[in-house]
Amino acid sequence: MSEPLRIMIVDDEAPARARLRDVLADCAADMALEVVGEAGTARDAVDVLAASPADVILLDIRMPEMDGIELAQHLQKLPQPPAIVFTTAYDAYAIRAFEVHAVDYLLKPIRASRLKEALQRAAPLRTPTPAALRELSKGAPAFLSAQERGRIHLIPVDDVVYLKAELKYVTVRTAAREYLIEDALARLEQEFGERFVRVHRNCLVARAAVRGFERATGEAEGHWLVLLEGCDEKLAVSRRQQHIVRELGRP
Amino acid sequence: MASINQNAYTSALPDFRNLGILLRMLLIVNVGAIGAAVVRAPTLAAAWTELVELSAVVQPIFIVILLALVALARFLRRLPFALGAVAVAALAVGITLGLIDVMEHTYLRDQTLGGSPYRHGLLALLTTVMLLVYFDLRGRALSPAIAEARLQALQARIRPHFLFNSINAVLSLIRQDPRRAEGALEDLADLFRVVMGDNRELSPISREIELCRQYLDLEQLRLGDRLKVVWRIDKMPPDALIPPLLLQPLLENAVYHGIEPRVEPGEICIDIYTLRNRLHAVLRNPYSREGDHHAGNKMALGNIRERLQLHFDAEATLDTRVGEDSYQVHIVLPYVKGSEAKA
Repeated sequence: MSEPLRIMIVDDEAPARARLRDVLADCAADMALEVVGEAGTARDAVDVLAASPADVILLDIRMPEMDGIELAQHLQKLPQPPAIVFTTAYDAYAIRAFEVHAVDYLLKPIRASRLKEALQRAAPLRTPTPAALRELSKGAPAFLSAQERGRIHLIPVDDVVYLKAELKYVTVRTAAREYLIEDALARLEQEFGERFVRVHRNCLVARAAVRGFERATGEAEGHWLVLLEGCDEKLAVSRRQQHIVRELGRP
Repeated sequence: MASINQNAYTSALPDFRNLGILLRMLLIVNVGAIGAAVVRAPTLAAAWTELVELSAVVQPIFIVILLALVALARFLRRLPFALGAVAVAALAVGITLGLIDVMEHTYLRDQTLGGSPYRHGLLALLTTVMLLVYFDLRGRALSPAIAEARLQALQARIRPHFLFNSINAVLSLIRQDPRRAEGALEDLADLFRVVMGDNRELSPISREIELCRQYLDLEQLRLGDRLKVVWRIDKMPPDALIPPLLLQPLLENAVYHGIEPRVEPGEICIDIYTLRNRLHAVLRNPYSREGDHHAGNKMALGNIRERLQLHFDAEATLDTRVGEDSYQVHIVLPYVKGSEAKA
C-alpha cells in the first residue's frame, strides 16, 4: 500500500474518541493508516476537515446540535467527499435503515477486527447515497451548507434572514453575509415549512426576521416591502402574497 | 427461582388509613345514598329533599364508622381476614344501631325514620359486606400487577444506549487508567444488580441516592464537564422508604433529554425534602423543545406513575412542568419511616 489511509474521528464523547484511537493504533499494525483529525461536534468536524482532508470519517450518529446523519449530508457537497462509516452504541431504527441501504456502520464498543474490515472496504471510497441519508434523517436539518473553494460552510438555519432564488442557485442571507447554495426554493420551503414565509415567487423570508412592512415609493408605488431584522435590505412583496402583510404585519 | 405462585393473592382488609381507600368508601356510600333518595322520592325535585334528610342520618353514622375504622386500622389488619371482616361488620352495625338510637332521642324526635332498628342494622350490614367484597375484588384485580411491578421495573430499565456507551467508555479507560476503569465497572455491576433484582418492596431512600450517584458517575465518565449535578438533600430523611428505582430512571431521562442534546454544559438539580409528613423529590434539568423525541420519556414516567399508584394509591403524585428552557419532575409521596413499614 502506498499512501496511508487518512482517518478522522467525530464523536461528542471524549472516551469514545480515545477508544477509537486505541483501536486504530491496533489496526495500524496491519494496514497503513493515520488519524488526521478529531472533532467533538459536527461544526468542529467541518473546520478540521477543511484544514486536513481525510479519506474516511468514523462518524458518531447521536451528537448534540447536529447529528452524524445530517453532517454526512452536508459533507457530500465536497468535491471529493470522504467515505463515511457511522458508529453508534445503540439505535435500532438507524441500524435497520443502514442494512436496507448498505451503509457502513460499526456498533460500539468497536472491535479492532471489525474496524479493520470496514476500513478495508472503505478504502476504495464508499459514500452513502444522498437518497439513503435523506431517508435516515429525522426532521428538518439544523443547518444549511454551502461549498466554497473545496470546503463546507455550515449556516445555522436559525441565522437565516431570507432565501432568494437566483438562476441556478439559492442565495442564503444571514445578518453576517451571503452564501450561495445549490438547491431549489420549493424544496427548501417544503423542508422547513412554517419557519419561512413566501413573500415573492423567488423569495422566502424567515418569519422570525420580519420586522414590519412599508409602502414602496417611486415606480413600484403601492407595493409592500418587508423590513428585516439584522439586514437593511427591503424585499418586495408580490401582489399574490399581499395577504401576508395582514397576517404578519400586526402583532 | 422465585415462582410467581409466591404472589398468590391472600384476602386482606383494606388499609383504612389510606386516603384512596377512604375516598372510595365515601364515594360508594354517597352514590348509594343518592340512589336510595331517587328511588324513594316520587319526583326528581323531591329526591333532593329526600337526599338531604337521608344525609342527615347517613353521613354522621358513616363518618363515625370511618373514624372508628381509622383508629382501629392497625388492630384490624392484624386479625385473620375472616375475623377482621366480622369485626368490621359488627363495628358498622353496632355504631349504626347506637347512633340511630341517639338520634331518635335527640334531633330526629319529630321525624320517624320508619321501620324497626333491625332494618337499619341490616342496611348497614349489607353496605359493609358490599364494600368489603368490592375491596377484596379490587385487591385481587391489582395483585398480579404487583408481581408485574417487578417486571415493569425491568422494563423501565436502563436504556441500552446507556449500557453500551458506558461499556465503551470503560474500555477506553482500561489502557490509560485501569483503576478508574475498575471503579466504573463496580458501579455498573451495582447498578445492574438493583435493576435486575427484586424491586417490589420499598427500600430506603439513602440506597436509591447511592445508586443515583453511581449512575451519574458513569455518565460523568462519558460526558465529562458537560454534566453538572447539584444535590440538595441535607433535609432528606435517610430512613424514608420509597419504591426502588424511582429516581434513577428520571435522572436517566434528564441526562438523555437534557444534557446529551446540548453542546454547552448543563446542570441537573436534585432536591429532596420533607414537608408536612410528605416526602418531596424535585428533579430539574435543562431542556429545549427542538430536536427531541419523547417516546422513551413518556414510558419511564408512565411506569413510575403506575408503581407509585400501586404502592400509595391516591396519596402519591407525580407532576411534570415544562418551562422555557427547563424540565421539572415533582414527586410527592407519604413519608414512610424505615421502621414503621416492617410493623
